[in-house]
Amino acid sequence: MSDSAQTPHADEVETEATDDRPDEPEGESHVEPIETGADAVVAALKNAGVDYLFGVQGGAIMPVYDALYSESDMTHVTMAHEQGAVHAADAYGIVTGDPGVCMATSGPGATNLVTGIADASMDSDPMIALTGQVPTDLVGNDAFQETDTIGVTQPITKYNHFASSPDEVGDDVSTAFALADEGRQGPTLVDLPKDVTQPATGVEPGKPETPDTYNPPEKADEDAVSEAADVISDAEQPIILAGGGVIKANASDELRAFAEEHEIPVLTTMPGTGAFDQTEDLSMGIAGMHGTGYANMAITLTDCMLAIGTRFDDRLTGDVKTFAPDADIVHVDIDPAEISKNVEADYPLLGDAKAVLDQLSDAMTDSPEADAWREQCQTWKEEYPLDYEMPEDRPLKPQYIVEQFDEAMPDDTIVTAGVGQHQMWAWQYWTWTEPRTWVTSHGLGTMGYGFPAAIGAKLAKPDKEVIAFEGDGSFLMTSQELSVAVRENLDITIVVLNNEAVGMVRQWQDGFYEGRRMASEYPWVPEFDKLAEAYGARGFRLEDYDEVDEVIEAALDYDGPAVVDAIIDPEENVYPMVPSGGDNSLFALSEGHLDEI
Amino acid sequence: MRPEGRRNEDGIRIDPEAEAKHESKRAVLSTLVENEPGVLAEVSGLFSRRQFNIESLTVGTTVDESRARMTIVIEETRPGIQQAKKQLRKLIPVISVRELAHDSVQRELVIVKVNGEEPDKVHAITEMYGGETLDAGPRTITVEITGNEQKIDDAIDAYKQFGIREVVRTGYAALARGEQQTAEVEDEVKLTADTEVPADDD
Repeated sequence: MSDSAQTPHADEVETEATDDRPDEPEGESHVEPIETGADAVVAALKNAGVDYLFGVQGGAIMPVYDALYSESDMTHVTMAHEQGAVHAADAYGIVTGDPGVCMATSGPGATNLVTGIADASMDSDPMIALTGQVPTDLVGNDAFQETDTIGVTQPITKYNHFASSPDEVGDDVSTAFALADEGRQGPTLVDLPKDVTQPATGVEPGKPETPDTYNPPEKADEDAVSEAADVISDAEQPIILAGGGVIKANASDELRAFAEEHEIPVLTTMPGTGAFDQTEDLSMGIAGMHGTGYANMAITLTDCMLAIGTRFDDRLTGDVKTFAPDADIVHVDIDPAEISKNVEADYPLLGDAKAVLDQLSDAMTDSPEADAWREQCQTWKEEYPLDYEMPEDRPLKPQYIVEQFDEAMPDDTIVTAGVGQHQMWAWQYWTWTEPRTWVTSHGLGTMGYGFPAAIGAKLAKPDKEVIAFEGDGSFLMTSQELSVAVRENLDITIVVLNNEAVGMVRQWQDGFYEGRRMASEYPWVPEFDKLAEAYGARGFRLEDYDEVDEVIEAALDYDGPAVVDAIIDPEENVYPMVPSGGDNSLFALSEGHLDEI
Repeated sequence: MRPEGRRNEDGIRIDPEAEAKHESKRAVLSTLVENEPGVLAEVSGLFSRRQFNIESLTVGTTVDESRARMTIVIEETRPGIQQAKKQLRKLIPVISVRELAHDSVQRELVIVKVNGEEPDKVHAITEMYGGETLDAGPRTITVEITGNEQKIDDAIDAYKQFGIREVVRTGYAALARGEQQTAEVEDEVKLTADTEVPADDD
C-alpha cells in the first residue's frame, strides 16, 4: 500500500517492513538520547507506558520507524493492512483501558486507518493514531501520498494535531495520548510531516498531560446526587441501564454493590455488556433492537431508570417517543453533551461513573420498595427467554455453536466479533460475567472488525483465551491478518459462522424488501479452513452436530491460530427483533411475528 | 401491560394530548478559542455535520493574540441550541462558550455598492443610517453601514431604488453588556465548577 520505492523523493531509500531488531541484552533498560523529532515521538510513547504499536511502514512515516529500530521496550506489530492495525489498537485499548497505538504512513496509509478511527470515536475507545505526512513544504501541493489527514479525521477524532516543529512534536504526542485517555475516552491523531520527524532536536517530551482548558467532571454536584437518590428510593419499578461508560470507568464493582444493596434489576446496552454478571438474579440481560424480550419489557415499563454511561443510541431506544415513557431518567455521564441529546435527562449527574456511583450509594436513604416489580421482571424472563429451534440433523444452528464454545471456555475469555448476524448471536448466547471481555464494533458497525481485534486483544492479554466470532462476509474483509496471527503464533480461535451471505442484510431483505436478495448471498466465499491452512494456521470445517464437541476441543487445544469454518443454517435469523425505529416492547420473536407488529 | 406516557421526537416526555413542537429561535453564541490553524474549520465542520443551522459566523483575535473570539448566530430549537453549545465546548481548542442575552451589544457591518447616478440621494440615505461613503465615482458609490440586523435590512431596502450592484455583510460581532463577561461560562455548558476564563487582557 505504501511502498516507498514508488516515491520520487530522492532522500527515500527502499526498505522492507520488518520487526527485526538487533538483539538487546535482557533486563537492561537504557535510555536512548533524543536526536531527532522521531526520537521524541518514540520517547513520548515510552513515557506513556506504551508496550505495543500496530502499524504498517511507508515513506512518510519512515523516520518514526527508524527511531523504533533500536527500541527494546516497545514491540511494533506489522499488520497486513492499516485497517488491521487500527482495529488491533482499538481492541488493545478496550481490554486494557489504556490507549492503543496505531501508525501508518501518509495518504493511503492514513485513509486506511479512517474506518477504525471512526469506529473508536463512536465507541469512545482510547486510541492514538500516528500518521506520516509529506514534508511541510510540499503540503498543499498534492504531493505523492499526500492527503489532508487532519481534515479527513477531524470529525472522527476527539482531537487531532498537525505537528509543526521537531522541538514540540514529543509534547504533541504526549498531549494526544493524555487526551485519548482522560475524560470521555476517544481516538486522537498526530500527523507527522517528514520534516518534523527527521530533523535534529534535543528536546525531551514532557509527561502526558491534557491542556489546562480541558477539565472533565469527576464528581457530580452533591445536591443533584441527593435529589436523584431520593427519586430512585421512591421508585416502584426501577431499573439500572449500564452502558459502556461503566466499563470505561472501571465501575463494575460499584455497580454490582449498588444494585445488590438496593435490589434493582440491571440491564446493559451492547457496549455495557459485561459490566454486570448475567448469572446474577438481578441481571435482566441485554436491551435494544436485538436485546432480550424481558429486557425490552423492563426498559419500556420502568418508572425510574438509572442510566449510566450510555448515549441512548437509536439501536437501544428504538423510537424515542415510546422509549421508557413513564420513567424519570437519572443520567450519569462524563460528557455534558450526552445529557438530553437523544432522551431528556430528568436528573443529570455529570461525572465519572465510578465516583458518581459512590456518591449515589452514600446519598441513598432507602431502597426502593419494588418486590412486585422484581417479580414481574422474573415473570418476563420466564415468558420471553432467548430461544431457537434445534433440528435433529444438519443444518447447524449458530446459536448452538456459540453456546458450546461458551461452555468450553473460561469465564474471563475475551470474545471479539465482526458485525452482522454472527455478532448478534455471540452477544445473545454468550454468558457475560466480566467487564472488558466483549470486544466488538458497536456504534459504527464495522464488518471485519472481529479478527484483527482478536489479535490486539491477545497481545494485550496473553494469559486470557481469545475467541473471534466472524461471519463469512465479515471475515472476508480482514482475513489477510491471518498472516500476522501465524507470524506471531497467537493462540486465537476464529469461528466463522458461515451462512454464505451477509446475513443481516439478507434477513432485512426477507423481512422488509419482500425477499429480494440483492447482493446479499455469497455462495462464492472460499473454504475458510483451507484458507487458514494456506496461511499456516489450522483449519477445521464443521457441518454436523456430532462433530461439534470434537472440533471445539481440537480448535481450542491447538496452540496457534485456528479457524473453524462452521457451515450454519443459511435461513437462520436473529430474534428477538425490534424493527428499526420501533417500540421496544413490541418485539418480534419470529419472522411470522414480524408482520404482526 | 402498556406504558401510559409518551415522549416527543427530542426524547422529552410530553402530555400526549399536547404534542407541541419546539419553535426555532435565534441565538448568539460567543466562543473563545485558541487562535491556531484549523479551529475555524473544526467549528464550521461541527455545525454542518450535526445539522445546526448557522446564520453567520465572525472571527477575530482578542487582545491576547493567542486567542480568538467567534460570534456565531444560529437558528435552532431550544434543545438544539443547548446541544450546539455543549458540542462546541467539547472541541479541545474551544475555551468557553456563552449564549449572549438579548441585551448584549451586537453589531453587523454591511458594504453596499450602488449605481452612482444620484450621488446626493445616496449620500442622504447614508447620512440617515449613520454610514460612511468608502468610494465614490461617476458610475458607482460604495458605502458602509453598521448596526443591528433590522437597521441593515432597512438600509439595504432604501438603497434598492438606486440599483444595488453588490452587497457584503459581515454577520454579527457581539459582546456581553456592561460588567458581564462575554467569556463567562454558563452553568449548563461548563464542565466543572472551577472552570474560569480570564478576561481578554489578563
